[in-house]
Amino acid sequence: MSTAVTIRDPGYPTDRENYLTNSSGILSWIFTLDHKRIGMMYLAGVVASFIVGGLLALGIRVHLLRPDGVLFTGPEGNNIYNQVFTLHGAIMVFLFIIPSIPAALGNFLVPIMLGAKDVAFPRLNLSSFYLWCAGAVFFVSALLSSGLDTGWTFYTPYSTTTDTSVILATLGAFILGFSSIFTGLNFIVTINTMRPPGMTWFKMPLFLWATYATSIIQVLATPVLGITLLLLIAERTMHVGIFDPEYNGDPVTYQHFFWFYSHPAVYIMILPAFGVISELISVNSHKHIFGYRFIAYSSIAIALLGFLVWGHHLFTSGMSSLTTIVFSALTFTVSIPSAIKVFNWIATMYKGSISLTTPMCYAISFVFLFTIGGLTGLFLGTLATDLHLHDTYFVVAHFHYVMVGGTLIAFLGGVFHWWPKMVGKMYNDMHGRIAALLVFLGFNLTFLPQFLLGSRGMPRRYATYDPEFAFLHQMSTYGALLLGCGLLYALVVLMISLAKGKRAPANPWGGITLEWTCTSPPPYYNFERPPIVGDPYDFHNVEWDAEGERYVLTEPERKLAPEETPSEQPAHH
Amino acid sequence: MATIDTLSPEPEAHDDHGHDHDHPPWLAHHFDTPEQQFDSGKLGIWLFLVTEILFFSGMFCAYAMFRMLRPEIFEGSSQFLDTKLGAINTGVLLFSSLTMAWAVRCSQTGEHKKLVVMIASTLSCAMVFLGVKTIEYSHKWGMGLLFPGAYFYDENNPHPTTEQLVSQHGFSENTAYFLTHSIYFLCAPFLLLLVGVVIWAIIAKVKKNDFQFAVAKPLVVVCLSFFGGVGLGMILTGSEEHAEGSHVAAAHHDAGEHDHAGAGEATESIAATYTEPTTFNPASDDAAVELLAESDLNTGAKAMLLAQEKQAELASGRVVAPGEDVDMGIERIERGVETKRQAGVFFGIYYCMTGVHAIHILGGIGVLVWLLVRAIRHDFNRQYFGPVDYVGLYWHLVDLIWIYLFPLLYLIR
Repeated sequence: MSTAVTIRDPGYPTDRENYLTNSSGILSWIFTLDHKRIGMMYLAGVVASFIVGGLLALGIRVHLLRPDGVLFTGPEGNNIYNQVFTLHGAIMVFLFIIPSIPAALGNFLVPIMLGAKDVAFPRLNLSSFYLWCAGAVFFVSALLSSGLDTGWTFYTPYSTTTDTSVILATLGAFILGFSSIFTGLNFIVTINTMRPPGMTWFKMPLFLWATYATSIIQVLATPVLGITLLLLIAERTMHVGIFDPEYNGDPVTYQHFFWFYSHPAVYIMILPAFGVISELISVNSHKHIFGYRFIAYSSIAIALLGFLVWGHHLFTSGMSSLTTIVFSALTFTVSIPSAIKVFNWIATMYKGSISLTTPMCYAISFVFLFTIGGLTGLFLGTLATDLHLHDTYFVVAHFHYVMVGGTLIAFLGGVFHWWPKMVGKMYNDMHGRIAALLVFLGFNLTFLPQFLLGSRGMPRRYATYDPEFAFLHQMSTYGALLLGCGLLYALVVLMISLAKGKRAPANPWGGITLEWTCTSPPPYYNFERPPIVGDPYDFHNVEWDAEGERYVLTEPERKLAPEETPSEQPAHH
Repeated sequence: MATIDTLSPEPEAHDDHGHDHDHPPWLAHHFDTPEQQFDSGKLGIWLFLVTEILFFSGMFCAYAMFRMLRPEIFEGSSQFLDTKLGAINTGVLLFSSLTMAWAVRCSQTGEHKKLVVMIASTLSCAMVFLGVKTIEYSHKWGMGLLFPGAYFYDENNPHPTTEQLVSQHGFSENTAYFLTHSIYFLCAPFLLLLVGVVIWAIIAKVKKNDFQFAVAKPLVVVCLSFFGGVGLGMILTGSEEHAEGSHVAAAHHDAGEHDHAGAGEATESIAATYTEPTTFNPASDDAAVELLAESDLNTGAKAMLLAQEKQAELASGRVVAPGEDVDMGIERIERGVETKRQAGVFFGIYYCMTGVHAIHILGGIGVLVWLLVRAIRHDFNRQYFGPVDYVGLYWHLVDLIWIYLFPLLYLIR
């Protein structure tokens, strides 16, 4: 019986199969319709944007090292500071966070996790990448022309009167919106129509549920941003009188229109992160995910509730008190599905056999940081405390805990988790863990003091501040530098793995979702035949093969035919 | 299913592993069956239509809000829209929806000739629509019925010359020339297109390239339809011009005897008068407005009266900081500022909504031309007619949006 176990392992791809090498030359990448290559191009793009946005952030923090400012001095200093924080926000939101997990990881993973050969519309997929590039070009040209100083929200009436390049930046955001819509549309159709036999809705990995929920928001919310930005451009060029009070328009209308998109957009940013974390925690605990259906449904619930709460950005803009109360109450309902997820992750880890790999370090950081980010959101959703905290550093700290502590950490975790699959190389796990620790410490050192600053009354977006805030600001700045070092370290670890890393086995972490049944990197056609679909979190048949330093899928011996010839006598005798 | 079985780990060439005997050329390699491909496309186009509806919803919201805030402006300004032209365009679009639906049917039954005719008819209708729209737009631009930033309508001189625009309204010479001659600027690209297509048709004929000639022939008709639309619009506005001129005059004359039914027209003429504070003439118009304002229903006239009083107060300098006026709330203050720009709010929304709709018509024309080429190439058959179906759905949505725009902008008063 000891040899009765058969091992299933796809081995390594040949160069002709490997999606990275099956065709070569720059044109084979530019015109590729392979979702994996498009995903990798997105990955390179979003990381480049993140580096630009991150350097701008470091500029802000270094400037705030002293109460009267360090970097941007002189008569134009404050204007430059305004431009720096605006571009930091706009680049991070539109070019990095929104496409980070859905477009980069999603493109790579959605078809392959689903067991499909490609997304439903490969050409649309490539065109959304090029739309992303076009949007990025617009942002860069805004940066190079006269800059942008409206804040990433483009609030009227300032955005209709400032002489910076609002039109270039809003056109960029408009185009990026279409990139996002097409990606979402593609994923919804792919998940609906491209599932192989046996892949039912409730056999889908939770990452796919999260992507599906995200795609719903992308398709339903982004068009509203599109028309809002278009009207803003029309307002600036022709004065159509919808947003600009000088021409009888109403600036609060702009805020409603803008946040009707941009609040759901917050969930575009965080929902895919939930999906990534569900995968990381279950795989690295080697234990079935706790409450699969609850996690799946809570993603959809967040997507739908997210459409009803935009008004909490406008508590101080002059809405009626009844409206503010309704929006406040609706805001609290979002915390229920979010809490369901956190409790389920913790329950998954409970009594699991946890491997503290680099991705798992990020996943655990995520649970800590997202919980802090989520709970501080309650203070902002409460009307009385929001009046005090509105537009202070408390808000800044809150959304950075969700966006950076949530999405960025999950993105890093996801990249480290699927890196062996993407490039076929293992990175040094110990260095990866050190980088994760640095990121965790640096992040908290940056943003925990900002909660204190905000509750003590430090307003956001100020280039200078009272000397009494100096100590906390300095802590925050040193934290940002530490965070920057940690992120750089993580990048170096990954880059070194490309050159020196060991060849990755098909299944380095013991995952059971379909991408781990492909070779690393996957063949360009993903699957030779429709894969066998089982429970995506049933780890019973996964075993560590110490010799090959890999996990393998084992199949206990199955008796296909009766063992012996049947006895002469019928059984019922 | 076939592809999967024949996929060998060592394929002969990269990226074209789907082209085996069981995979027809129109079935993309990553789909297993024609049904899967059709269903994917159908779901995709429906989702796209949802995004389109949401895209327009922003403007419908803006319309609803500003209509609620300033009903009198909307009632007065919509008088300037030509219901006849709007109705013609509605009819044209409805007819094009019929031909589009018929085209889908033809593609399903494999009637290639009829399919080409139906797509070309749909395209021609789209062009007629744009032709009529050109007349509508250029007519209004010449009169200065523009968005608030450029609104210059003057009732006493509804059709100013280029020189007047420069001297009285401070436009640059180029802008003024464009505004007074906008019809030529709008027609020019279509004229170029027509000439280009005719030349193309001739070349194709001479070179005996049957396929290109087959494509160019219907396109000549399509381009000509644009000018058909322009002609139609011109004839209709020619007669309308007269009627409009007389009813404005009549509204002035008989203001005293106006009943409630005529209140709309009267408000319009008053709005036109008071849009320019410098021409404010209380003596001649007060009586009419007061009479109209006696009815509680006539909020427009009441607002006018209020505006007039405020302006009179302003003029006489009586309004210097009366305590109770300071915190009267945003609504009252805005109503007090009756400027010509307020009428422009209606036109701002009008141009945004119809303009974005017209862009969608242009986009529709683009994809319909693509369909036309493919139809002439006999790309579609009983099993593969998805693209015609998807474009048809898009075209119906564009039609449907116009069905909402027409009553909202032209009819409701």
